[in-house]
Amino acid sequence: MTVDLLGPLAYASFFLVMALLNGLVCLGLNVQWGQTGLFNVGVAGFVAIGAYVSALLTTPENDGHLGGFSFPIIVGWMGAAIAAGGVSVAVGALTLRLRADYLAITTFGVAVVVQLIALNAQQLTGGAFGIAFIPRPFERLAASPVLYNLVNLALVAVVVSAIFVALERLARSPWGRVLRALREDERAAMAVGKSPARFRLQAFALGGALMGLAGAMEAHFIGFIAPENYLSTLTFQVWAMLIVGGSGNNLGALLGAAVVWAMWTISGLLISDIVPPAHEARAAALRLAAIGVLLAAMIVVRPRGLIGERALVSRHIADADASS
Amino acid sequence: MNRGALLSVERLVAGYEPRLPIVNGASVHAAQGEIVALLGPNGAGKSTLIKAIAGLVPAAAGRILFDGKDLTRMPAHLRISEGLAFAPQTENVFASMSVDDNLRLAAGLVPHARRAGRIAAMYEAFPDLKRQKRLLAGRLSGGQRQMLAIARALLVEPKALMLDEPSAGLSPKLVEIVFAKLAEIRASGVTIVLVEQNARAALALADRVYVLVQGRNRHEGEASALRGDPMIASLYLGGVETESAA
Amino acid sequence: MSPQVIIEGLLNGALIGLGAVGVTLTYSILGFANFAHGEFITFGAYAALAIAAVVSALVVGFGDGLGPLSIGPALILAALFAMALTAGLALALDRLLFTRLRGKSEAISMVMASFGASMAIRALIEFVFTSRPAYFSRDLQIARPLGFGLKATPNQLALLLVAGVLVVCVHLLLSRTQIGRAMRAVSENPPLARASGVDVEATIRFVWALGGALACASGVMLGLLVQIRPFMGFDLLLPLFAAAILGGIGSVPGAFAGAMVIGIGEALAVQLAGAEWRAAVAFVALIAVLLIRPGGIAGRKP
Repeated sequence: MTVDLLGPLAYASFFLVMALLNGLVCLGLNVQWGQTGLFNVGVAGFVAIGAYVSALLTTPENDGHLGGFSFPIIVGWMGAAIAAGGVSVAVGALTLRLRADYLAITTFGVAVVVQLIALNAQQLTGGAFGIAFIPRPFERLAASPVLYNLVNLALVAVVVSAIFVALERLARSPWGRVLRALREDERAAMAVGKSPARFRLQAFALGGALMGLAGAMEAHFIGFIAPENYLSTLTFQVWAMLIVGGSGNNLGALLGAAVVWAMWTISGLLISDIVPPAHEARAAALRLAAIGVLLAAMIVVRPRGLIGERALVSRHIADADASS
Repeated sequence: MNRGALLSVERLVAGYEPRLPIVNGASVHAAQGEIVALLGPNGAGKSTLIKAIAGLVPAAAGRILFDGKDLTRMPAHLRISEGLAFAPQTENVFASMSVDDNLRLAAGLVPHARRAGRIAAMYEAFPDLKRQKRLLAGRLSGGQRQMLAIARALLVEPKALMLDEPSAGLSPKLVEIVFAKLAEIRASGVTIVLVEQNARAALALADRVYVLVQGRNRHEGEASALRGDPMIASLYLGGVETESAA
Repeated sequence: MSPQVIIEGLLNGALIGLGAVGVTLTYSILGFANFAHGEFITFGAYAALAIAAVVSALVVGFGDGLGPLSIGPALILAALFAMALTAGLALALDRLLFTRLRGKSEAISMVMASFGASMAIRALIEFVFTSRPAYFSRDLQIARPLGFGLKATPNQLALLLVAGVLVVCVHLLLSRTQIGRAMRAVSENPPLARASGVDVEATIRFVWALGGALACASGVMLGLLVQIRPFMGFDLLLPLFAAAILGGIGSVPGAFAGAMVIGIGEALAVQLAGAEWRAAVAFVALIAVLLIRPGGIAGRKP
């Protein structure tokens, strides 16, 4: 009996770990989009930065790529958050003073270039082979999949919950309220002396850092990474998670992550079980198309929600006041 | 209902947001060949009213009748074909296009055969613009820009011309010139409706005046009767000059 | 370094340029960065491929190339039909998605919707055609010497010419015709355009159709010069946006010039660093423009 339960249990905890990690990326995206209204089209790139930086900091000496620092895992994770946050600061500083879609295009470019470097800078990143033997937390337990997955689940759950609580408190803090005010009515917020650029930059960096951290945590949980893990599909999945879950709030981000991850996994299983191998690629493409349609439809049917509509009203009153 | 009125706006309710009307049931009438001025303090809704008549701000209730036709539900870009032209206050020309292109765009509404003639006529009426045909409209001075805005509207030979604060940002000398032009235009038979913050200049030019406060009609009368009326001055406390050196 | 890099650069630039012209128009007139533009390119190429196959099968001899070209009447007809179809796709997308979002939400929502739509279209194309690369023609073309150590195939020369003509036509359309003036008016100030009698909605629809048609031409050109695959348009997005921004959003000559800069830059990068690094050029160009002069060469300040 125990033997029958172990397989599903191991899988269930694996599923939950991945859902939580995706949720963490989603939380980061929510800080950028839900709280600050910034559209990051290169989420996969920031996740990749975190994963690779952490991997390179913590792996032992290897002919395939740069590294050999063998720092402790926690250093890797910190480094990942800092690196991803740093790139976010650079991108934000460059584009936040310009129109909103320049940020979108630049983050898109970041993802493209990160993928490019990961794939081609063999000496640095191991190229298409990626990086393996990434130290895993609780390595000693790796022999027992159930125990390993469960303990890591506990670790990830603790970290993500802590971050969730911190983000919720941040949203209610003075800093969070300024962001909310900027989101709703920029002119009013500026009138009381708040510089929008600085707050937005901070929010963008925070979001990016969380994405990097999630990437690092995933890298260490699985133990190896490759460039193909960080394609535009990932960016797209995370956006679907945020929009479906209800953009603008953290709980929605986590819920959406769980739901979309479940849909993704189940459809993946169905495809490999039901669809004949010759057509698997086509079925996978159909799955992707379905999520694309879902994403576009959600944006049209259920946009930003309460905050978005209120912003519209505030802005128009301001316009009317200015004209007569 | 006002017989003989070219433009008849009845109890119009309008605003950018349906739940937040700025015009609260205002009524305005203009007869053929009249100059009607809309005055009132800041926030009175005069600008919104004129934009609503032009179709740029949605009307929630009331009617707009022009030359016998009900324009209330008509899309904005069709109203000018009915003979109702509008020159907004700021951004009333296409700054990134040349003077010539601005006029040619306006000429798109005129039958093909008459286009060149109408454009030439505008250049005759506004020689300053003719000299600066190729210049980007954004490089024109304030006064010339106002002239271009008026020329664009006149090109289609409208029955009525609506202007939102034509004196805005202009020196007193230029205001005189612009308003003299408007008098000329009226002399040629075009009805003029203007929103103005400069009450003195408006009262000197107009035949009749409406005073709006908070989106409603407060007063209506002959301009000659209202010149020097202290009530006008009191409405503008803290606003714009009423009696300053000419 | 071989002087052939000039030909490579010009071809590359012309290819990016056709797409960038479409992007700069839709970006400036519709007011947002359309991530689905890449998929118009891909869709256009596949549509032309499918139609050409049908036409070649139906009409004997139409599949054969004209003279030294491997482009035959079948492909030319197919390209024209495909341009109409792609224009249709663009209009449909506008009707389904963007019309509902325009004016009611922030402009960034339209970018997001276009991102979702791009994924859907690309995946559907992959579903129908699979991800195996396809080609318009299996005929091998021999490069002819042009002098100065340069050589080019007849296809390449013909396509360069067609691209140039198309771009000139678009520029003339924008600067000399009434619809072009209407487009510029809507791009600058939609309410004033309305007050001037311009049917803004009809103008927007026209811009979508034109953008779609140009993207299709770009796709056919890319398909002829390289290959047809589901990611062909998506991979062009970054160079397209970079070129449009470099040239100044709204400027057709600017977009083409920007595309040439990036095209030649990519050709140089391929020669100096290897083909895998070509995508980095667009990114570097983008960052440089945003740092130094975000309005681009010919554009206004954003």
